[in-house]
Amino acid sequence: MEAFGLLMHGFAVLLTWKTLLLMMVGLVLGIFVGVLPGLGGPNGVAILLPLTFTMDPTSAIVMLSCIYWGALFGGAITSILFNIPGEAWSVATTFDGYPMAQQGKAAEALTAAFTSSFIGSLVAVLLITFLAPMISSFALKFGPPEFFAVYLLTFCSFVGLGREAKHKTVISMSLGLLLAGVGMDTVSGQLRMTFGSTDLLRGINFLVAVIGLFGISEILLTMEERLALRGHAAAISLRVVLSVWKDLPKYWVTLLRSSFIGCWLGITPGGAIAASFMGYNLAKRFSKDPDSFGKGRIEGVFAPETAAHASGTSALLPMLALGIPGSGTAAILLGGLMVWGLNPGPLLFVEHKDFVWGLIASMYLGNVVGLVLVLTTVPIFASILRVPFAAVAPMIVVSCAIGAYAIQNAMFDIWLMLGFGVVGYVFKKIGIPLAPFTLALVLGNRAEDAFRLSMIGSGGDMKVFWSNGLVGSITTLAIVLLFWPVIDRVFGGVGRLLRPAKASI
Amino acid sequence: MSNTDIEIVVEDPTAPEADSPAVASTGVVDVVVSLLLLALALTLGWDNWRTGAAWDSTGPQAGYFPFYLSVILGAASLYGLATAFLSRKEAAETFVTRAQLRRVMAVFVPTLLFCLATQFLGLYVASFLLIAVFMRMVGKIALWKSLLTAFVFTAAMFVTFDIAFDVIMPKGPFEAAFGY
Repeated sequence: MEAFGLLMHGFAVLLTWKTLLLMMVGLVLGIFVGVLPGLGGPNGVAILLPLTFTMDPTSAIVMLSCIYWGALFGGAITSILFNIPGEAWSVATTFDGYPMAQQGKAAEALTAAFTSSFIGSLVAVLLITFLAPMISSFALKFGPPEFFAVYLLTFCSFVGLGREAKHKTVISMSLGLLLAGVGMDTVSGQLRMTFGSTDLLRGINFLVAVIGLFGISEILLTMEERLALRGHAAAISLRVVLSVWKDLPKYWVTLLRSSFIGCWLGITPGGAIAASFMGYNLAKRFSKDPDSFGKGRIEGVFAPETAAHASGTSALLPMLALGIPGSGTAAILLGGLMVWGLNPGPLLFVEHKDFVWGLIASMYLGNVVGLVLVLTTVPIFASILRVPFAAVAPMIVVSCAIGAYAIQNAMFDIWLMLGFGVVGYVFKKIGIPLAPFTLALVLGNRAEDAFRLSMIGSGGDMKVFWSNGLVGSITTLAIVLLFWPVIDRVFGGVGRLLRPAKASI
Repeated sequence: MSNTDIEIVVEDPTAPEADSPAVASTGVVDVVVSLLLLALALTLGWDNWRTGAAWDSTGPQAGYFPFYLSVILGAASLYGLATAFLSRKEAAETFVTRAQLRRVMAVFVPTLLFCLATQFLGLYVASFLLIAVFMRMVGKIALWKSLLTAFVFTAAMFVTFDIAFDVIMPKGPFEAAFGY
């Protein structure tokens, strides 16, 4: 129960007026970002990150994570009222959420979405509270070879388990790792890949790249679409909220199943998108009346929302415990940690107790406050969509530029951001995934350092990655995952060969 | 189902037409991007080879790790190039239509000019100009609304970043006239 005491300490850190105010500001900004077209969780967090540069790390992470929770809540509003998923993981919510709004049950659908988001996050936060300290204390024994093996595992699982074409994931990842290496080499102090440019000397900043890749490119993509929209307005009354909550226990199986799927996919880099669809499909398959799904069934809102939020929240677990982000947004938060001068990884739990437990406590509090906030203010946020995109787009561009400049006070970074905006636009259109790129860029230097330190330690012998049971099994698992599609096909082929033989016996 | 309960309606007067002809197909863009990535891989690979991609007494040299990454990037781009040439199905898909490109350019060109203006006039003047002109020209929003929005937003940014949070933005002659 040590975790419990530390958690209470975390709450004590949080309960100051200043922190609570920042939390509210973060949530409002987050919902705003989630509702607006062309912006989402990662973009919002990346653009608003510069606001936190002068804050102390705890206030900064509380505000940023609240932006993230807010964005998760906000995505549901547009899915249900306008049939426009603000985020890819809200797509499954539109299946039953929008039909419900059409039948005049928008308030019920929204309450269901917010409540299930809350439940999903809560389960994931509970998991983080008790699992993260354990994993991190285990990881304290890691040396460079173990860390490199864990990084390798992360990269390989992206390639092996990702849905995109394998070579495109590899391109995205190796490009990210390469760009992370630009500038001064951290081990030998030598310059590399700078081509004599003084601006490249500093290296390519991760956050600049993210702001361009997600912020600018998203604006370009949004402009391609037809932006006209028609939607329902809804206000939520206390009566509706209570009647939905009264029915909640009936759906405990769905809620629990979705939370579990979400947590699992959030920790492994499967992501919230896969989780929301899986949650929805499983709820449909196990339902007594699968045909009613897609026609406005409340369970069809519960299932994907719970899974998406459980996954979005549990993606922070590997980030906190190992310094490896489980999602794009977690990667950006990780970038933030470095800006505030914290070194992500298992030592965080030892050296910065206030910070870690403040963050975990803010997950609890942020979700409670967020739930109350969205339930009471839906009509206001829904009307944000009345603001024409022509007014929103230039404001986002300006915010992106401010964000990119503020990181290193360099005009060059604004140009770099623009360049990454174009790259992100083209990559998204031809199906090169951006998540591996982001991950590689933020982990690149640490992965390389770990690799070189283990090589120096072993005198250049690759066997160091199989030198003991722990590192050996992680490395082997990484390689298995890398070739998983091939292995899967081979096993499938063998299985097919065996089955007719069995049938004949 | 009636539409009477629909309360929020936003029109998009300059939406791209659905039947606009394609400017480029995905296949072509795929090939171009693969070639660019291949060129990048070769450049970076060569630079890292020059830096030193071998081993010395202290372990791997500075270029070792990135050199092999360049090799992986190059190999993956070559593979991408080959599949782009072989698969005919994806190649026929539209990358962007003319009407879409026009709209994308309507954001991209002002953004480019905004970056240029930031370099010479400072961020706040550039931001005022970008918002006002964009709202007026692209959004066809009334002039006074555009100017007012641009002013309020820019002023709010200035107060938030330069004054409240001490995050200093690039400035030009206009701010200098006021002593900032």
